[in-house]
Amino acid sequence: MFETLTNRLSSAFSSLRGSKELTSDNIEEGLSAVREALLEADVHFKVARELTDKVRARVLGNEQVKGVDPSQQFVHAVNLELIELMGPEDSALNVAKSGPTVILMAGLQGAGKTTTCGKLGKYLREKHKRQPLLVAADIKRPAAVEQLRVLGKQLDLPVFFEEGLSPPEVCAAGVAYAKAKGYDVVILDTAGRLHVDDELMSEVADIAKRTKPHNQILVVDGMTGQDAVRSAGVFHERLQLTGVILTKTDGDARGGAVVSLKAVTGCPVLFVGTGEKPEDLDAFSPERMAGRILGMGDVVGLVERAQESISEEEAEATYNKMVMGSFTLEDMFAQLRMIRKMGSMKKLLGMMPGMSGLADAANIDESVFDRQQALYDSMTPKERLHPDVIDVSRRRRIARGAGQEMGAVNELLKGFRGMQKMMKQMGKMGMGAKMGAKQKRAALEGMGGSGAGLGGGGLGGMLGGAGDLLGGLFGGKGGGEAPSMEDLQSMMPGGSRPMGSSSTRESALKKKEKARKKRKQSKKRR
Amino acid sequence: MGLFDRLKKRLTHTRSVLSDGISSIFRGGRAMDQALLDELEELLYTSDLGPLATDLVATLTRMHKRGELKGEGDVRGALRSRLLEKLGDQRPLPEMNQSPHVLLVVGVNGSGKTTSIAKLAHRFKLEGKSVLVGACDTFRAAAADQLQIWAERSGVEIVRQGEGADPAAVAFDAVSAGIARGSDVIILDTAGRLHTQKNLMSELEKIQRVVRKCLPEAPHSVWLVLDGTNGQNAIQQAKLFTETVDVSGLIVAKLDGTARGGAVFSITEAVGLPVFFIGTGETMEDLERFEPEAFVDAILATTLESA
Repeated sequence: MFETLTNRLSSAFSSLRGSKELTSDNIEEGLSAVREALLEADVHFKVARELTDKVRARVLGNEQVKGVDPSQQFVHAVNLELIELMGPEDSALNVAKSGPTVILMAGLQGAGKTTTCGKLGKYLREKHKRQPLLVAADIKRPAAVEQLRVLGKQLDLPVFFEEGLSPPEVCAAGVAYAKAKGYDVVILDTAGRLHVDDELMSEVADIAKRTKPHNQILVVDGMTGQDAVRSAGVFHERLQLTGVILTKTDGDARGGAVVSLKAVTGCPVLFVGTGEKPEDLDAFSPERMAGRILGMGDVVGLVERAQESISEEEAEATYNKMVMGSFTLEDMFAQLRMIRKMGSMKKLLGMMPGMSGLADAANIDESVFDRQQALYDSMTPKERLHPDVIDVSRRRRIARGAGQEMGAVNELLKGFRGMQKMMKQMGKMGMGAKMGAKQKRAALEGMGGSGAGLGGGGLGGMLGGAGDLLGGLFGGKGGGEAPSMEDLQSMMPGGSRPMGSSSTRESALKKKEKARKKRKQSKKRR
Repeated sequence: MGLFDRLKKRLTHTRSVLSDGISSIFRGGRAMDQALLDELEELLYTSDLGPLATDLVATLTRMHKRGELKGEGDVRGALRSRLLEKLGDQRPLPEMNQSPHVLLVVGVNGSGKTTSIAKLAHRFKLEGKSVLVGACDTFRAAAADQLQIWAERSGVEIVRQGEGADPAAVAFDAVSAGIARGSDVIILDTAGRLHTQKNLMSELEKIQRVVRKCLPEAPHSVWLVLDGTNGQNAIQQAKLFTETVDVSGLIVAKLDGTARGGAVFSITEAVGLPVFFIGTGETMEDLERFEPEAFVDAILATTLESA
């Protein structure tokens, strides 16, 4: 697995422990670590060099924060530069003033154009109340038209195709058809083509000439390497690209190509494809992408996912339980169910800062959770509320009811006790108990609120719970490596920040530093 | 046209990047110095060579200090021998004398599996083998139709089921049908899956398991198709697929772009798998046997004589 930039930087800076000041002499090692991380993430060589130059200027500039861990400062500077380069956030498609809005989708073979056409059509219909028409203009690849037709049928989107026409003719006819039938969006699915294939590049330019698309979108595979710059450059020359969609970002590719794309074409990245299902298309966020490129997790994505799948009431109920310290097996499983609703554990862990490594290491077997659920289902209501009553004979019965060994029951209870302890600690830490009603509401709102707030204790705590749950559940296997609640909290941006305080960057950095020291101490104790 | 020329022609664009890059660096008879080495490093990096680029430049720098590099020819020669070293000798294709030989083809979404299979089927057919393809990609819309069209074009048999059918069941059917019809080669196409998706990877394991119920020693070969335009992630793909199924070789697709296939070197080094074929175009004939020397010579524009 790739080393995260943070790890890489801390080893690069271990030599200058003691001298906390960054000088033009001692930052070169850090900069080369930054460059390596960027290259490993497939950021184009030239772009990476420009970025490191900017980072150097920023780190040496007056934005330096005294007394803060140099690697933190570095990551911070790189993060800001990346966000600046990829931003501003702008996921708006151009809309036609009159008549249907035409969207041309182009790209290399296998980038994911057809799938993305379907996703985009669904997105526009559901989120923007549009009536899209898909046009099948890929007559080159066998069964590509059929693929779009099947997709259209699955998503209940109309697909236009006419046999015997050339791709530019099909597209022109599609737009005319949309005008006549009153569709307000036309999505043109073109064949995959290599940017070095002159004939096909002329064809796509011809399509653009005939249909005058309001949006000319390049679909790019998120795993693309250094070549992204060249191909995007040629596509941009032949078309007037207005945006980019990055696909297949649900794997472990860092997606550094997107940085280069932005640098070369200057077009905004509009969407990212995040999975195989038709709804797996997200608006692009430079912050999230920067975090991903640097291996820092995707907390915003996590919050959004939580927002979509967990109701306020559920969250509040769990939150209250955690705060009051009356945490039972019932609560633990309610939480687990809630978290599982958000997606696979692996996906979630991968989104958590610093946890992506764990997600791989633990090699998470989702069926563990099903087995745990079976054990839970085999318990009486009394046992769920008062786990202390579970003695040997009850354990035997529970195990038999779930068709498992008694050891599994023991594991479960061990995990539960660990988590219960954690909840108590959290109460002590002031996550809840010391919090006034107002702050508590703020914390909950933070959870439901968008992006920037990043949730406070509410979500942080819940996810912390998830981390611990995993620690507990995987007991012998990965448990030892699971970060502690404290680690998790401090890993989460803003996690170690007190609720309600509007923190400047400086204070956030100081907090981070504090958390780091605390972590160090606790490590010593261990 | 000989194989070398054909490959060279196919890889013209590939060549133009690395080889022309070297030419342009040396334009005007520049002398070897640090600035030139830096430019070389950039060139090598942008060819998707990854960390290997650093390694190559280190070698070049060492040789430069010892005064072993006089000019462009020496640099090409040095790169040639280092790159060849990374690739090792050409490894022979697996013997396909047991009949049927079951070949399972896997890879991430959009890497070029179905097209590669079409080309392979065509190739085996030309070799006089009877070929049967199994359409185990029951997930992507019209994937089986795509394979069927290819199968019809090259006149090989196909076994398929409806969309959403169990891929392992299709695999079982295909292998049973192949045995019954006395096919020499059975190629199983699978759905694209990202290597990080545990349950989809388990599905591959299942296909392997189920196929063995039909024919205990199957699949005889598992080939992974990698997209030649992919960057450093290709290594990760190779590693994780190898962990799940017994991948025995690679096909690197889409090497006809400016895609320079630099990842080929990193992958060979990281996972030690032989590259059997490379995809160099869109027609059924555009599948070349991978030969390390020809490949390196094509991208560096060197020949045995000049090196």
